[in-house]
Amino acid sequence: MSHFDLTLELNGKKVTRKIPLRSRLLDALRYDFGLTGTKEGCGEGECGACTVLLSGRPVNSCLVLARQAEGCKVETVESTSTETLRRLNATGTSQCGACTPGIVMTARWLCDNPQTLDLMSLREFMSGNLCRCTGYDGVLSGIECLLDQEEGES
Amino acid sequence: MSLDRVDGLDKLSGKSAFVDDLTVPGCLFGGTIRSPVARGRIRKIHFSTAVDWSDFVIVDHRDIPGSNEVALIESDQPALASTNVRHLHEPVLLLAHSKLHRLREGLRSIRVEIEAAPPLFDVEAQPTKEMLQHGSDNVFKRIDIRKGDPASVFAKASRVIEGTYRTGSQEHVYLETQGMIAHQEGETLVVRGSMQCPYYILDALTIAFDRPKERFRVIQCPLGGGFGGKEEYPSVVAIHAALLAEKAGRPVKIIYDRQEDMAVTTKRHPSRVRHRTAVDDDGIILAMEIDILFDGGAYVTLSPVVLSRGTLHATGPYRCDHVHVHGEAKLTNSPPYGAFRGFGAPQTLFAIERHMDVIARDLGLDPGELRRRNLLCQGDTLATGQKVQDGVDLTALLARGEELAGVSLATQEYAAFNRSHPYLRRGVGRATFYHGAGFTGSGETHLASEVWVEGLADGRVRLLTAQTDMGQGTMTILAQIAGETLSVDPRSIEVVTPDTSLVPNSGPTVASRTAMVVGKLIEDGCRELQRILDSGSGPPSGKDFQNALELHHRENPGDLLRVSRSYQTPPGQNWDEVSYQGDAYACYSWAAHLAHVEVDLRTFQVRVTDYVALQEVGRVLNEVLARGQIQGGVAQGLGWTLLEEVILENGAMKNHQMMNYIIPGSGDLSPIRVFFEEIPSPSGPGGAKGIGELPLDGPAPAIINAVCHALSASIREIPLTPEVLMEFLGGKE
Amino acid sequence: MRVLTPSGLDHALALLAEFESSLTPLAGGTDLLVSWPHQNSDEVGFLDLSPLRAEHSAPRLEQDALVLSMLTTYWDVIASEEVRTEFPLLLAAALKVGAVQIQSAGTWAGNIANGSPAADGVPVLMAYGAEVVLRSTRGEVRVPLDRYYLGYKQSVRALDQLIVEIRVPRRKREIEWFHKVGARFAQAISKLGVAVTRDETGHRVVVNSVAPTVVRCRALEDHLDQGGKIESVEQVRALLSFDIAPIDDIRSTSRYRESVLSRLLYFYLRKANLRKANG
Ligand SMILES: Cc1cc2nc3c(=O)[nH]c(=O)nc-3n(C[C@H](O)[C@H](O)[C@H](O)COP(=O)(O)OP(=O)(O)OC[C@H]3O[C@@H](n4cnc5c(N)ncnc54)[C@H](O)[C@@H]3O)c2cc1C
Ligand code: FES
Ligand code: FES
Repeated sequence: MSHFDLTLELNGKKVTRKIPLRSRLLDALRYDFGLTGTKEGCGEGECGACTVLLSGRPVNSCLVLARQAEGCKVETVESTSTETLRRLNATGTSQCGACTPGIVMTARWLCDNPQTLDLMSLREFMSGNLCRCTGYDGVLSGIECLLDQEEGES
Repeated sequence: MSLDRVDGLDKLSGKSAFVDDLTVPGCLFGGTIRSPVARGRIRKIHFSTAVDWSDFVIVDHRDIPGSNEVALIESDQPALASTNVRHLHEPVLLLAHSKLHRLREGLRSIRVEIEAAPPLFDVEAQPTKEMLQHGSDNVFKRIDIRKGDPASVFAKASRVIEGTYRTGSQEHVYLETQGMIAHQEGETLVVRGSMQCPYYILDALTIAFDRPKERFRVIQCPLGGGFGGKEEYPSVVAIHAALLAEKAGRPVKIIYDRQEDMAVTTKRHPSRVRHRTAVDDDGIILAMEIDILFDGGAYVTLSPVVLSRGTLHATGPYRCDHVHVHGEAKLTNSPPYGAFRGFGAPQTLFAIERHMDVIARDLGLDPGELRRRNLLCQGDTLATGQKVQDGVDLTALLARGEELAGVSLATQEYAAFNRSHPYLRRGVGRATFYHGAGFTGSGETHLASEVWVEGLADGRVRLLTAQTDMGQGTMTILAQIAGETLSVDPRSIEVVTPDTSLVPNSGPTVASRTAMVVGKLIEDGCRELQRILDSGSGPPSGKDFQNALELHHRENPGDLLRVSRSYQTPPGQNWDEVSYQGDAYACYSWAAHLAHVEVDLRTFQVRVTDYVALQEVGRVLNEVLARGQIQGGVAQGLGWTLLEEVILENGAMKNHQMMNYIIPGSGDLSPIRVFFEEIPSPSGPGGAKGIGELPLDGPAPAIINAVCHALSASIREIPLTPEVLMEFLGGKE
Repeated sequence: MRVLTPSGLDHALALLAEFESSLTPLAGGTDLLVSWPHQNSDEVGFLDLSPLRAEHSAPRLEQDALVLSMLTTYWDVIASEEVRTEFPLLLAAALKVGAVQIQSAGTWAGNIANGSPAADGVPVLMAYGAEVVLRSTRGEVRVPLDRYYLGYKQSVRALDQLIVEIRVPRRKREIEWFHKVGARFAQAISKLGVAVTRDETGHRVVVNSVAPTVVRCRALEDHLDQGGKIESVEQVRALLSFDIAPIDDIRSTSRYRESVLSRLLYFYLRKANLRKANG
């Protein structure tokens, strides 16, 4: 068996594709489901560029076999609201954009779980997303801006 | 004004398609077989019999139609090794297959047999005859800058202070690895991918294929970072992809994975800089003798120009009438070192700025005070004889930096803290420096960059340049410059993605030259467009401009309203390439950076607790982008100083994984506080100067000076990893 | 390549019994799938444990022990208020494993089973006196974690056994401390790490990255149990030397590891001693 049918609840839609058994979730998203927003920075789990939400948790999709995600909910950067993107753009969250989709996903998860920041600072929390362009200040202020917004709404 | 990044939403949403995001029907995957040793003669290439090779495309040096070289300054670097190899991982053979995992299997199943020769790894060692591989002495380039008569000053000097400083290599770690796609389109070979300089690639292809330029089209994809790493190296990947595509008769995609990218591509030149300085008892510098050595790696590539910038920044921003700077870039059997943000200047500025603190300590002077006594003033001359005329008051700049960083209070507090704490030590350090914007010397004149500005029928304006946006915001800045010049909404300005079949050659996207040099041409082009549309009531702007443009097209249907602008050497700018005398750069950016550190003597880890980056970069065009450039550059510089160690094995990077090559994460940094001093410059558009590389010059000396302050030590080498610091302190409590 | 998907724990154990030598249990994948494209997948067989996640991931507090389940992740511990309050070292270590992406996928059992001498989850568990529960179709055994490893990447686990639980005794502790030294703040494999506890059973000093496995520093523990004083870095170094054998590798040097470990322990134990003396 070199291929199998993978079914995902991908960005809110149920989708199925026949994919190679050896594919990582990252490969399946990019090459089989055509969602190239999720980027590969290292393939070692270090950089976080490939971060997606799998069953509601941020994971590196380069460290997940597609097979392991069978039947699961997967959220990728493509499902981010325009409002969120616009806020992040105003602060300089992205420069080259290679780390950015991963950062957006980690940030989105944090906005849904802001109590995490009782245990650690934002700076500490974001250390699984490496960025070579921004020096992180732009990234962090973008996320702070999102968090403020969430707080304002709730 | 800060225009939000025009490509920002696409980057944030992942819509920006990097080269690996493109799907090309029928595309093969290409890969590279490399030399397993650092130096030798190729004997034989073994293909495993366990693999069916019939469905692989295989290319070696005999498939190169033109000259087997990666054309750049010299032609010594082959595109594919034919007989000899000069470094580990040197490309020997190319493979392509329609299935990625079969390609990987193929790559695992070929062995290059080499009769090894003794490799040279120590650039400081005098090469024996057997080790000579370039000219008569392995020297790629030698530069001397002379001013006054240093020898006679040294002969009489009562106080001469010496120091030798070393810096390690650095890997770019752009988050998007190198990649290219090549395919045939009729008679034309089309290459698209991740690159800073489309026209460099075009030149390299014409030579490797021995065909006219018209037979190629080079298209730039959005870039996931460059930092110099995609200046010259992409020519190698482009030639390889094109060779495979031509032989296969199908499109071929080569994407380096992270490990390959780190192991084989260019890195920052390691350096050794020796200073001898004559000073008087007040700390006034009387004469400087500076000897610079860069490890160039196995081929010339850009080493001569990197060395050039290194020598031109070696004296730091200090007044001195008697100077001799000598620089050499020499061969070793490491993969070639290449362009990296800062381009040789961070190395020599680390040396001088550390040396200033060494001198201050020797004289018992405050390092800030020593600098104040020697900083350049308006009208002073640099080592090349160039007059300083940027209008900046460096003494005031440093004073403001020290105030922003709270230096005097911290100095007192730290003294008390360090006496009482069992294992933490705190210190503060500074660096004052400059960075020449644009190409060195007559580089811009030789380049003769050209841009086009087009006025479209719908009232919009289109900009055509070869400038690439690798994250630094080229598209945004150029749109903003045009928008401001014409007083129109910058979002209505179209910036065309570089494609050599569409855009003119406005030169490479390097050397902090885009906003300043190319931006200036855009500004001029827009003005010219306004003059053309002037119907007598003065050059139109804003809504009037758009109306005039639409009117022009109604009256002249089908007219291509295109203005071309080419670089003109500013009057009075002179440079002598031979004597290294004259105006090395059109203008300079200036800075004072200050770092506070805390050293943990249990673990020898250094933490930068506060960083102030104050710079004079002319007018700041876009505050958000400018701040981002500075912060990103400082973070990269901090990594080079404290974390990033390129461990070499057989001359090449051994720790070629992100797991083992440590770039800073968000948790390793404290906020980087950025401040600007704005003195509009005549050189750039709207008074702007270069900004991109400057921030890399400051962190290494500022941080190490702070560590030395904290520990009352004199460290002369980076990276200062905890292991190095521990050995340096010799287990001292 | 083969991936087997069990329907429940018994099925998983049955599959493992049937194909033991050719099947590798796959939990969070944060060790197994690193640089996956470089691995020759043709030769790989995985027993994918993810279908068991729903039933075997929540940590639970029993009368006398905290029970981490087969698929409990670092984040499961971070997110559980009762666990992190009662077992602060588990929280401290969890926060130091990779960063959030690794913490939410990586499991404690995987950390133990992977057997890396640099594992950060293992020292704190060992310092808490944890037991590993191994189960196969042949039955179940409990092994104290400090007797689990036999050598570099060697353990008592047979190929047909799964780690189904990790049991951490609920004891009153007088001191507890964890410190990790990595090349950067987070997302870095340990250059060295140390966990220290003292409870009614005595001191435990457990270190990683300085021996072929995570180890207890028995000589130092004995010295402390006997009320010995901590006088100098040199003394700590000498006591450690009975139990550790650091090496040079791509991440650090043996000299650094030995020296820094001695210093960290010296400064910590001095302070702890002082507190005891004063309090
Ligand atoms: C970027 C990155 C950073 C990391 N940082 C750290 C760090 O800071 N500290 C640290 O300690 N580790 C670190 N790791 C390693 C890894 O995350 C941990 O070891 C993790 O706990 C492994 O768990 P897993 O569930 O992902 O294991 P897997 O990769 O699924 O498996 C690991 C091993 O355990 C076996 N196994 C898994 N579950 C069981 C079971 N129930 N019974 C028997 N065998 C089993 C598997 O067969 C395999 O041999 C890092 C990894 C990455 C990629
Ligand atoms: S690509 Fe997955 S973490 Fe880097
Ligand atoms: S924006 Fe380029 S790596 Fe983060």
